[in-house]
Parts: sequence; C-alpha cells; structure tokens
Amino acid sequence: MALFEAHKLHLRFGDRVVLEEVSLSFETGKLSGIMGPNGAGKTTCFNVLTGHYKPDRGHVLFDGADITGRSPQAIARLGIARSFQLMNLFDEFTVFENVAIALPQTRKRGRDLLGQAYAEPALVAEAHEILDTVGLGARADDNAKALPYGERRALEIAVALASKPKLLFLDEPTAGLGSDGRDRLAELVRRLKGQVTIVVIEHDMEFLFGLADDISVIHWGQVIAHGSPAELRANPWVKNSNLGKLA
Amino acid sequence: MQKGRPIPTLTPSMIAIWLAFATVPLWIEKVGLYQYLGVEILIFATYAMAYNLVLGHSGLPSFGHGAFFGLGAYAFGLAQQNIAPDLWLCLGVAVGAAAIGGALVAAFISHRRGIYYSLLTIAFGQVFWFIAIKSHAITGGEDGLLKIERLPVRLGFATLELRDNIALFYFVLAVFVVVTLLLWRLIHSPFGRILKAIKQNETRARFVGYDVWRYKAAVLVLSAGLSGLAGGLFAMAQSSAFPDVMSLHYSGYVVMMALIGGGLVTFWGPVLGAIVFLLARDVIGAFTTGWMLWFGLLFVILVMYKPEGLGGLFLRPLSARAR
Repeated sequence: MALFEAHKLHLRFGDRVVLEEVSLSFETGKLSGIMGPNGAGKTTCFNVLTGHYKPDRGHVLFDGADITGRSPQAIARLGIARSFQLMNLFDEFTVFENVAIALPQTRKRGRDLLGQAYAEPALVAEAHEILDTVGLGARADDNAKALPYGERRALEIAVALASKPKLLFLDEPTAGLGSDGRDRLAELVRRLKGQVTIVVIEHDMEFLFGLADDISVIHWGQVIAHGSPAELRANPWVKNSNLGKLA
Repeated sequence: MQKGRPIPTLTPSMIAIWLAFATVPLWIEKVGLYQYLGVEILIFATYAMAYNLVLGHSGLPSFGHGAFFGLGAYAFGLAQQNIAPDLWLCLGVAVGAAAIGGALVAAFISHRRGIYYSLLTIAFGQVFWFIAIKSHAITGGEDGLLKIERLPVRLGFATLELRDNIALFYFVLAVFVVVTLLLWRLIHSPFGRILKAIKQNETRARFVGYDVWRYKAAVLVLSAGLSGLAGGLFAMAQSSAFPDVMSLHYSGYVVMMALIGGGLVTFWGPVLGAIVFLLARDVIGAFTTGWMLWFGLLFVILVMYKPEGLGGLFLRPLSARAR
C-alpha cells in the first residue's frame, strides 16, 4: 500500500512551468529513487512534497490524508522528515544538540521557559542511539561546523531521523562526497532501509541503482519513466541519456 | 550545549556581577560620579538584557524596541495616577502594556525575517512614538507625563521608601537580579534552545516541526514585557515619562548597548554595553557635547575589527568558565 502519493502536481514560477502533472507513489518500507538531469525539477518536487512550496494544482496524500499545501512544520509533525541538498544544520550547536533539538520530546517541551533543556536521560539516550546509528556517537560533543564534510552529511540524516519519521526524503545525500564517504553513506542508507520508508534524489546512479526498489525519472518537470532499476536500465530514454550510461 | 550536562541556576560570574553592583553606592561618588547614574545603568542594563533576548539569543534585529520601553514608562505613570499608587500594580501594568504592544507588533511581523523584520520594527516604533506625541490628553504630548512618584515598596511586613537614589538603586538591583536569573534560565530552557536553533537556521527549524513564527512572536512579547518593566522603573527614577525614549535614536541606543557589549556572544554583554554607553555619555560628555561622535567611532571600530563586541574580549572567558 502506498504510504505517500502525489497526484498530478503542477507548479509554475512566473511563466515557467517547473512541475507538470507529476504523479508519484511511495510504498511503505521501500526505498524509492528520483533521478533526472540538473534542473529537471527534482528538488522542486521535494519542496512541494514537504510543504516548502504549495502546488498550483494537484494533491499530496500521506497515510490516506490530504496534506496538500500544509506548512513544512505541520508535515514534519505528521512523520515526514527530509535532508537537504545544501547542508542545512544548526552550525553553532554540538552534534548532540543538533539531534536533541529535533527530537519530538524537545518539541513537546517547547513551552517550558524555565526548565533544563535535554535533562531527561531517555532523551539523551535516544539522541546517542541516533548518533550511533549514523556513526557519529564519538563526535557528540564536537561542534557541528567542525565536522568534516562526510560526517556533516551523516549528521544531516541524523537530524532528519531524530523526528522519528515514517517517511524520510534524502536530497542528494552523496553530493560532494568522495568514494569512501559515498560507500559509508550507502551502507548507512542500506541499514535504514526497512526501518523507515525512504525517498532519495540522487545523481550518483551507481548509488541509486544499488539501493532503490523503484525509481522515477523526472525531466522537464515531468515524470517520464518509472520502474525497478532493471526496468529502467532497459528503458530507451534512460539508455540513450547520460544517466543511462552512468547507471 | 553538551549532552545532558545541567546548567546551574547560579554561577560564580552571576554572583560576582551582582555583588559588584551592590558595592556601587559605596564608591560611585568617590570616583567623581553620582548615585543616580548607578540607577540609570541598572535600568538600562535590564532593558539591554531584555532587548538582547530578541537580538542576541533569537537573531531578530528589532530597531523599534524603544516603543516597548516607552509603553512601560507611560503605563507605569498612568496606572499610578489613574488606578492606584501601588508599586507592584504599576510595574505589572507596565509589563502588561508593553507585552500587549509587543503582541500587537509580533502579530504583524513574526512571519518576516531579516531586513523586512527590521524595517517593520522601525515602522511600528515610529507609530507608537507618533501616538505618544499626539495623544496629548493622555501622555502629555511632547511635554511628557509628569509628577510620577517613586512609590514605596510594600512587602506586607514592611514598607521601604524609594525617594532616595540609593534605596531606589537597591530596589532596581533586586529587579535586575530577578530578571537576569529568569533570562539565564530561559536561554537554557527548551524554549531558549529552540530560539537559538531558529536563530541559526529558521528553515531547518521548520522542517523539524517547529512553528517558527509562534516562537518569534512569543520571544518578542517576553522581551517587550521586560523592556516595559525597565521603562516603568525609568519613569519612576525620572519621576516622568517622555516620548523621546520611544524615538528611533533611543531605540538605536539599546542596539548599540547590546552590540558594543557583545550581546551576540555573551550573556552579560548587554550589561557591559549599558555601562560603557552611560559612562561614555557622562565622562566624554563632560569634555564635549559631541560625545556621541566619539562613541559612534568606537562603535564603527568595534563592528569592523571586533564584531563580537567588548564582551568577546573580556566576558567570553568568564561565560565559558561559568558553564
């Protein structure tokens, strides 16, 4: 059963159509990929799905409920988290606090004006568990901006995981990573697969084809192909494009 | 903030600063200054701390905070003259009026950020200032609201008169102690850490589920309320309330205090800024009426070469040790 569905999304910026009749469906527990050339509209699509932009037409359904046009914070509270293509962390915080601030327990105490933040042992343990999951357990007390690039990418994912999502959107998680970093990230995403439904935008075709259960190809703001990695490898458009050569 | 490490409610630096202030009446006249200056410094230190909750801790560049300080001053005087001459009631009305003013402004500006937020705070500040000048029947217009009394402190078991500047100083110091304690707790509370997260990355804060605009509105209301408290104390100290304190240049003073003192990097920065500002006014002002020119130069030099302010030079090690 589809956990998340987008029906005929349409969005234009001025006179430029950036999404046209985009329909997507992501199954519970699976890892779905979105690929396409630069400027195809992939990140814009993510921005619509996660509430950053409101579509001009179309609907977004999550767990059967219509969430079209809801704010990013309302969507996040429903259990949808995302990472960003450009690093988007709380740079002055420690690695621990980046995760702790995103935990639902902290959010629930948001009206507490005089109590001690992060005082609950369960919260601290949970933040550490998430950091251990992404391999940053030993860096908990380091400043986020002091981390090397690859670990900042992992922290991006840890912050997204902290909100205990049912659905995790990862926007080009391997961007800027070397082969070692990419391999570590692939291993992390492989471990997360099954625990949470994941949707990944990715340029690295080897990474995406190695992990995804199904992939949608977006070009010129439209979904031009959809299928399993094997089906897409046989797709004429994909075969003739640079993406196909990379896959 | 590190993992689960509790922040003490009282720190050595906090106690040292309070004790240092407590000694001021003993020596301030011996160094050629005067008792009322100590009162003014504490009031403006309280105001600057309240303001820094918005600028330093939440990253919201408000340039119209004089409106809330002024609202508190007028509310204190009007409550005293029209409701009841009770200190606690009048200070409560000062806080309440400024907080309501803050809520009104917050409702319009909390969805904005950066330059748009700043410009709107200036615009609202000017609106309040204009209303204060034009509402002659209520505020006394440009002549100000006069004959505001220094009301006694009724504690139930005793009554303390505040007519003397030294007595008023210690009362204001008590208020300052309470305000700094509350602000210290607040910035280390879940609410305070969320504000700090919003300051660093508003977009990410939204995507982890925070209603950013509600937090921005709430902190402006809190800051406005505490600024109103300082305004109420100032009206009592001056025995009057004038529209001047709501003007743009007065709003600029508190920004300078917060920035020069290092409010962006240290908790105590605004206090240092208020001390430096008022001492500069009196000490440099004794030699030249153009003291603001020299103070402005100091501001320019600091912004260019030490943007974290004097606090970055002197108070940061103190703050680090306090943690």
